[in-house]
Amino acid sequence: MKNRRFYLVGIAIALVIAGFFSFYASSSPDGLEKVAIDLGFIDSAQESAVAGSALADYGVSGIENERLSVGIAGVIGVIATGLVMYLFIRLIGKKKN
Amino acid sequence: MHIPDGFINIPTATASAALAATGLGYSVRAAREKLDERAAPLVGLVAVFIFAGQMINFPVAAGTSGHLLGGALAAVLVGPHAASLALTVVLAIQALLFADGGLTALGLNVFNMSVVGVWGGYGAFVLMRKIFRYTRTSVLIGSAVGAFISVPLAATFFSIQYAIGGQGTFAASTVFAAMFTTHLLIGIGEAIITTLTVGAILKTRPDLVFGMLKVRK
Repeated sequence: MKNRRFYLVGIAIALVIAGFFSFYASSSPDGLEKVAIDLGFIDSAQESAVAGSALADYGVSGIENERLSVGIAGVIGVIATGLVMYLFIRLIGKKKN
Repeated sequence: MHIPDGFINIPTATASAALAATGLGYSVRAAREKLDERAAPLVGLVAVFIFAGQMINFPVAAGTSGHLLGGALAAVLVGPHAASLALTVVLAIQALLFADGGLTALGLNVFNMSVVGVWGGYGAFVLMRKIFRYTRTSVLIGSAVGAFISVPLAATFFSIQYAIGGQGTFAASTVFAAMFTTHLLIGIGEAIITTLTVGAILKTRPDLVFGMLKVRK
Protein backbone atom coordinates (compact mmCIF):
# COMPACT_ATOMS: atom_id res chain seq x y z
CA MET A 1 0.00 0.00 0.00
CA LYS A 2 1.33 3.42 -0.90
CA ASN A 3 2.34 5.75 1.91
CA ARG A 4 -0.35 8.33 1.29
CA ARG A 5 -3.12 5.77 1.09
CA PHE A 6 -1.86 3.92 4.18
CA TYR A 7 -1.88 7.03 6.33
CA LEU A 8 -5.22 8.28 5.02
CA VAL A 9 -6.84 4.93 5.78
CA GLY A 10 -5.21 4.89 9.22
CA ILE A 11 -6.44 8.36 10.11
CA ALA A 12 -9.91 7.55 8.76
CA ILE A 13 -10.10 4.46 10.99
CA ALA A 14 -9.08 6.50 14.05
CA LEU A 15 -11.70 9.15 13.22
CA VAL A 16 -14.45 6.56 12.78
CA ILE A 17 -13.56 4.85 16.06
CA ALA A 18 -13.42 8.12 18.02
CA GLY A 19 -16.25 9.83 16.17
CA PHE A 20 -18.74 7.00 15.75
CA PHE A 21 -17.96 3.82 17.69
CA SER A 22 -17.11 5.71 20.89
CA PHE A 23 -20.85 6.15 21.46
CA TYR A 24 -21.15 2.39 21.87
CA ALA A 25 -18.37 2.09 24.46
CA SER A 26 -19.25 0.41 27.75
CA SER A 27 -20.19 2.93 30.41
CA SER A 28 -19.29 0.57 33.25
CA PRO A 29 -16.49 1.82 35.50
CA ASP A 30 -13.03 0.84 34.29
CA GLY A 31 -10.76 -1.53 36.18
CA LEU A 32 -9.30 1.08 38.52
CA GLU A 33 -12.65 2.78 39.22
CA LYS A 34 -14.27 -0.58 39.89
CA VAL A 35 -11.57 -1.54 42.38
CA ALA A 36 -11.87 1.89 44.02
CA ILE A 37 -15.66 1.47 44.32
CA ASP A 38 -15.48 -2.10 45.61
CA LEU A 39 -12.78 -1.39 48.17
CA GLY A 40 -14.28 1.97 49.07
CA PHE A 41 -11.63 4.55 48.21
CA ILE A 42 -13.49 6.08 45.24
CA ASP A 43 -14.49 8.99 47.49
CA SER A 44 -10.89 10.14 47.75
CA ALA A 45 -11.05 11.13 44.06
CA GLN A 46 -11.13 14.87 43.50
CA GLU A 47 -12.45 16.67 40.47
CA SER A 48 -9.80 17.60 37.97
CA ALA A 49 -9.15 21.33 37.72
CA VAL A 50 -10.41 21.11 34.13
CA ALA A 51 -13.54 19.10 35.03
CA GLY A 52 -15.68 22.06 34.00
CA SER A 53 -14.04 22.50 30.61
CA ALA A 54 -15.97 22.44 27.35
CA LEU A 55 -14.80 18.92 26.49
CA ALA A 56 -14.70 17.33 29.95
CA ASP A 57 -15.57 13.63 30.04
CA TYR A 58 -15.59 13.35 26.27
CA GLY A 59 -18.65 15.48 25.66
CA VAL A 60 -19.06 18.90 24.09
CA SER A 61 -20.85 21.15 26.55
CA GLY A 62 -24.03 22.56 25.06
CA ILE A 63 -24.65 19.66 22.68
CA GLU A 64 -27.60 17.70 24.05
CA ASN A 65 -27.48 14.82 21.58
CA GLU A 66 -25.17 12.30 23.23
CA ARG A 67 -24.09 10.60 20.04
CA LEU A 68 -23.12 13.93 18.50
CA SER A 69 -21.51 15.20 21.70
CA VAL A 70 -19.15 12.26 22.25
CA GLY A 71 -18.51 11.93 18.51
CA ILE A 72 -17.42 15.54 18.08
CA ALA A 73 -15.31 15.34 21.25
CA GLY A 74 -13.65 12.22 19.84
CA VAL A 75 -12.90 13.85 16.49
CA ILE A 76 -11.47 16.93 18.24
CA GLY A 77 -9.32 14.61 20.38
CA VAL A 78 -7.97 12.76 17.35
CA ILE A 79 -7.10 16.02 15.60
CA ALA A 80 -5.53 17.52 18.73
CA THR A 81 -3.50 14.37 19.41
CA GLY A 82 -2.27 14.17 15.83
CA LEU A 83 -1.35 17.85 15.79
CA VAL A 84 0.51 17.82 19.10
CA MET A 85 2.31 14.59 18.21
CA TYR A 86 3.34 16.00 14.84
CA LEU A 87 4.66 19.22 16.38
CA PHE A 88 6.46 17.26 19.09
CA ILE A 89 8.22 15.03 16.57
CA ARG A 90 9.13 18.04 14.44
CA LEU A 91 10.49 19.78 17.53
CA ILE A 92 12.76 16.95 18.64
CA GLY A 93 13.64 15.61 15.22
CA LYS A 94 16.87 16.58 13.58
CA LYS A 95 17.05 16.89 9.86
CA LYS A 96 18.27 13.75 8.15
CA ASN A 97 18.57 13.69 4.44
CA MET B 1 -6.43 2.91 34.51
CA HIS B 2 -6.32 6.73 34.45
CA ILE B 3 -5.73 7.80 38.04
CA PRO B 4 -7.86 10.79 39.07
CA ASP B 5 -6.58 13.51 41.39
CA GLY B 6 -6.82 12.63 45.07
CA PHE B 7 -6.22 8.86 45.03
CA ILE B 8 -2.49 9.25 45.62
CA ASN B 9 -0.91 12.03 47.69
CA ILE B 10 1.05 14.86 46.13
CA PRO B 11 4.56 13.81 47.27
CA THR B 12 4.13 10.38 45.66
CA ALA B 13 2.66 11.95 42.52
CA THR B 14 5.57 14.39 42.36
CA ALA B 15 8.12 11.61 42.77
CA SER B 16 6.40 9.62 40.02
CA ALA B 17 6.41 12.69 37.78
CA ALA B 18 10.15 13.06 38.33
CA LEU B 19 10.74 9.40 37.47
CA ALA B 20 8.49 9.72 34.43
CA ALA B 21 10.34 12.86 33.30
CA THR B 22 13.66 11.04 33.58
CA GLY B 23 12.36 8.19 31.47
CA LEU B 24 10.90 10.56 28.90
CA GLY B 25 14.10 12.58 28.72
CA TYR B 26 15.92 9.41 27.83
CA SER B 27 13.28 8.58 25.22
CA VAL B 28 13.50 12.03 23.66
CA ARG B 29 17.26 11.71 23.26
CA ALA B 30 17.02 8.18 21.85
CA ALA B 31 14.15 9.06 19.53
CA ARG B 32 16.12 12.01 18.21
CA GLU B 33 18.97 9.66 17.32
CA LYS B 34 17.00 6.71 16.03
CA LEU B 35 13.75 7.92 14.58
CA ASP B 36 14.12 8.26 10.86
CA GLU B 37 12.00 10.62 8.84
CA ARG B 38 10.20 7.83 7.04
CA ALA B 39 8.88 6.38 10.30
CA ALA B 40 7.94 9.70 11.92
CA PRO B 41 4.39 9.89 10.46
CA LEU B 42 3.68 6.44 11.91
CA VAL B 43 4.30 7.85 15.40
CA GLY B 44 1.53 10.38 14.76
CA LEU B 45 -0.79 7.70 13.46
CA VAL B 46 -0.05 5.48 16.46
CA ALA B 47 -0.86 8.34 18.84
CA VAL B 48 -4.23 9.10 17.22
CA PHE B 49 -5.08 5.42 17.02
CA ILE B 50 -4.35 4.97 20.72
CA PHE B 51 -6.39 8.04 21.60
CA ALA B 52 -9.32 6.65 19.60
CA GLY B 53 -8.83 3.13 20.95
CA GLN B 54 -8.82 4.36 24.53
CA MET B 55 -12.29 5.82 24.02
CA ILE B 56 -13.68 2.33 23.48
CA ASN B 57 -14.34 0.74 26.85
CA PHE B 58 -15.12 -2.95 26.46
CA PRO B 59 -16.91 -4.96 29.15
CA VAL B 60 -14.66 -7.46 30.92
CA ALA B 61 -16.75 -8.70 33.84
CA ALA B 62 -19.98 -7.82 35.57
CA GLY B 63 -20.02 -4.05 35.92
CA THR B 64 -16.41 -3.58 34.87
CA SER B 65 -14.92 -2.28 31.67
CA GLY B 66 -11.44 -1.80 30.30
CA HIS B 67 -9.90 -0.07 27.35
CA LEU B 68 -6.77 -0.23 25.28
CA LEU B 69 -3.60 0.94 26.98
CA GLY B 70 -1.60 0.81 23.76
CA GLY B 71 1.90 0.73 25.22
CA ALA B 72 2.96 -2.57 23.72
CA LEU B 73 1.16 -1.76 20.45
CA ALA B 74 3.05 1.51 20.11
CA ALA B 75 6.38 -0.07 21.09
CA VAL B 76 6.06 -2.82 18.47
CA LEU B 77 5.07 -0.36 15.76
CA VAL B 78 7.44 2.55 16.38
CA GLY B 79 9.92 1.37 19.02
CA PRO B 80 9.81 1.93 22.76
CA HIS B 81 11.27 5.46 22.79
CA ALA B 82 8.82 6.98 20.34
CA ALA B 83 6.08 4.86 21.92
CA SER B 84 6.72 6.44 25.32
CA LEU B 85 6.41 9.88 23.77
CA ALA B 86 3.21 8.97 21.89
CA LEU B 87 1.53 7.60 25.03
CA THR B 88 2.54 10.73 26.91
CA VAL B 89 0.97 12.99 24.30
CA VAL B 90 -2.23 10.94 24.48
CA LEU B 91 -2.32 11.10 28.30
CA ALA B 92 -1.61 14.84 28.33
CA ILE B 93 -4.41 15.56 25.82
CA GLN B 94 -6.80 13.39 27.82
CA ALA B 95 -5.95 15.09 31.12
CA LEU B 96 -5.92 18.65 29.79
CA LEU B 97 -8.81 18.64 27.30
CA PHE B 98 -11.07 15.86 28.53
CA ALA B 99 -10.46 15.80 32.30
CA ASP B 100 -9.67 12.08 31.93
CA GLY B 101 -7.02 11.35 34.54
CA GLY B 102 -6.11 14.01 37.09
CA LEU B 103 -3.76 16.92 36.49
CA THR B 104 -1.65 16.35 39.59
CA ALA B 105 -1.92 12.63 38.80
CA LEU B 106 -0.54 13.06 35.28
CA GLY B 107 2.96 12.06 36.40
CA LEU B 108 1.56 8.89 37.97
CA ASN B 109 -0.33 8.02 34.81
CA VAL B 110 2.61 8.81 32.53
CA PHE B 111 4.89 6.69 34.68
CA ASN B 112 2.51 3.72 34.78
CA MET B 113 1.44 3.75 31.14
CA SER B 114 4.06 5.63 29.07
CA VAL B 115 7.05 4.21 30.89
CA VAL B 116 6.09 0.95 32.64
CA GLY B 117 3.39 -0.08 30.14
CA VAL B 118 5.56 0.64 27.13
CA TRP B 119 8.84 -0.82 28.40
CA GLY B 120 7.25 -3.78 30.15
CA GLY B 121 5.29 -4.67 27.04
CA TYR B 122 8.32 -4.13 24.85
CA GLY B 123 10.53 -6.29 27.05
CA ALA B 124 8.10 -9.19 26.81
CA PHE B 125 7.84 -8.62 23.06
CA VAL B 126 11.61 -8.77 22.58
CA LEU B 127 11.82 -11.94 24.65
CA MET B 128 9.03 -13.69 22.71
CA ARG B 129 10.43 -12.62 19.37
CA LYS B 130 13.75 -14.20 20.35
CA ILE B 131 12.17 -17.40 21.70
CA PHE B 132 10.15 -17.82 18.52
CA ARG B 133 13.20 -17.17 16.38
CA TYR B 134 12.57 -13.82 14.75
CA THR B 135 9.83 -14.92 12.42
CA ARG B 136 6.78 -12.96 11.40
CA THR B 137 4.76 -15.17 13.74
CA SER B 138 7.15 -14.34 16.58
CA VAL B 139 6.24 -10.67 16.14
CA LEU B 140 2.55 -11.49 16.52
CA ILE B 141 3.14 -13.73 19.54
CA GLY B 142 5.35 -11.07 21.06
CA SER B 143 2.68 -8.43 20.46
CA ALA B 144 0.06 -10.56 22.18
CA VAL B 145 2.21 -11.46 25.18
CA GLY B 146 3.65 -7.96 25.53
CA ALA B 147 0.19 -6.40 25.40
CA PHE B 148 -1.23 -8.91 27.85
CA ILE B 149 1.55 -8.35 30.38
CA SER B 150 1.65 -4.56 30.10
CA VAL B 151 -1.81 -4.05 31.63
CA PRO B 152 -1.47 -5.98 34.94
CA LEU B 153 2.09 -4.61 35.14
CA ALA B 154 0.87 -1.00 34.97
CA ALA B 155 -1.85 -1.92 37.50
CA THR B 156 0.86 -3.32 39.78
CA PHE B 157 2.64 0.02 39.73
CA PHE B 158 -0.58 1.77 40.68
CA SER B 159 -0.73 -0.61 43.65
CA ILE B 160 2.82 0.33 44.61
CA GLN B 161 1.98 4.02 44.38
CA TYR B 162 -1.12 3.38 46.45
CA ALA B 163 0.94 1.54 49.06
CA ILE B 164 3.29 4.53 49.29
CA GLY B 165 0.86 7.42 49.07
CA GLY B 166 -2.71 6.14 48.91
CA GLN B 167 -5.29 8.43 50.49
CA GLY B 168 -7.15 5.53 52.01
CA THR B 169 -6.67 2.96 54.70
CA PHE B 170 -6.77 -0.21 52.68
CA ALA B 171 -4.08 -2.83 52.94
CA ALA B 172 -1.67 -2.64 50.04
CA SER B 173 -2.07 -6.36 49.42
CA THR B 174 -5.86 -6.02 49.08
CA VAL B 175 -5.52 -3.23 46.54
CA PHE B 176 -2.85 -5.14 44.65
CA ALA B 177 -4.90 -8.36 44.50
CA ALA B 178 -7.98 -6.53 43.22
CA MET B 179 -6.06 -4.42 40.71
CA PHE B 180 -4.01 -7.32 39.41
CA THR B 181 -6.87 -9.76 38.83
CA THR B 182 -9.14 -7.13 37.25
CA HIS B 183 -6.38 -6.03 34.90
CA LEU B 184 -5.49 -9.59 33.91
CA LEU B 185 -8.92 -9.68 32.28
CA ILE B 186 -8.40 -6.31 30.63
CA GLY B 187 -5.01 -7.58 29.43
CA ILE B 188 -6.79 -10.22 27.35
CA GLY B 189 -8.67 -7.48 25.49
CA GLU B 190 -5.42 -5.56 25.14
CA ALA B 191 -3.74 -8.61 23.59
CA ILE B 192 -6.57 -9.14 21.10
CA ILE B 193 -6.69 -5.51 19.93
CA THR B 194 -2.89 -5.24 19.76
CA THR B 195 -2.41 -8.48 17.82
CA LEU B 196 -5.18 -7.66 15.33
CA THR B 197 -3.78 -4.18 14.74
CA VAL B 198 -0.17 -5.32 14.36
CA GLY B 199 -1.40 -8.13 12.09
CA ALA B 200 -3.27 -5.68 9.87
CA ILE B 201 -0.22 -3.44 9.52
CA LEU B 202 2.05 -6.44 8.86
CA LYS B 203 -0.24 -7.30 5.96
CA THR B 204 -0.20 -3.82 4.45
CA ARG B 205 3.10 -2.16 5.40
CA PRO B 206 5.46 -4.57 7.21
CA ASP B 207 8.34 -2.31 6.20
CA LEU B 208 7.11 0.39 8.59
CA VAL B 209 6.93 -1.87 11.65
CA PHE B 210 9.79 -1.32 14.11
CA GLY B 211 9.40 -4.79 15.60
CA MET B 212 10.08 -6.34 12.17
CA LEU B 213 13.54 -4.80 11.86
CA LYS B 214 15.35 -7.86 13.15
CA VAL B 215 13.03 -10.34 11.49
CA ARG B 216 14.39 -12.41 8.64
CA LYS B 217 12.76 -11.60 5.38
